[in-house]
Amino acid sequence: MKILYFAWLKTKLQMAGETLPWSEERADTDSLLQWMKSRGGAFADVFSNLDVIRVAVNQEYVTANTPLAEGDEVAFFPPVTGG
Amino acid sequence: MIRVQRKAFDIGAEIAAISAGRTDIGAIVSFTGLVRDINDGRKVTGLSLEHYPGMTEKELEKIEAEATRRWELQASLIIHRYGDLALGEPIVLVITASPHRQDAFEAAHFLMDWLKTKAPFWKSEITSNGETVWVDERQSDLAAAERWKETPSI
Repeated sequence: MKILYFAWLKTKLQMAGETLPWSEERADTDSLLQWMKSRGGAFADVFSNLDVIRVAVNQEYVTANTPLAEGDEVAFFPPVTGG
Repeated sequence: MIRVQRKAFDIGAEIAAISAGRTDIGAIVSFTGLVRDINDGRKVTGLSLEHYPGMTEKELEKIEAEATRRWELQASLIIHRYGDLALGEPIVLVITASPHRQDAFEAAHFLMDWLKTKAPFWKSEITSNGETVWVDERQSDLAAAERWKETPSI
């Protein structure tokens, strides 16, 4: 799965993205968020308040728990501020 | 028509292009968003815009398609820039064209209110004391977008 980070997530994690193999422990977006927190360090800090994190799977917003598949693109970012 | 680009745009040229060769358009409305020098009490000296390539274009296309569904639009254009912008520079342009003015005005208003809460861009301001501050979403923008929610007919 391709994981992408934007805005202050990218700054704090010091990476624009990474590749993670699909796994049972992160088979849906809720589990993936919990797994991110469990990585500790900057990840625990960034994912500590999920109210300010938005999620997109394959470039579509998701607001409820969504199953993930190998090959999915998952993006994490703050509420948008364009326009 | 959607364009996501780094470079500046020429508002006059874009308005002229929308009606070029046509005589069926009655109303053209345009909105331009600019980089302003004060935000939330902070003195801003520059703005940087990040975006999600791929998703940005998709979201803007969805927003434009929704406007075309709700109003009678003969043409529409959204141009949104990304990258480093200086004070006074244009960030976003929305143009709508319709036989009559009500649809052109309302659709332009809707397009701006929706793109502010849905298009995946993130602004960071460079302040007069050299800091970079990520801009927060505004409750007023969320409220503005809520206004356009369609109430289901019973």
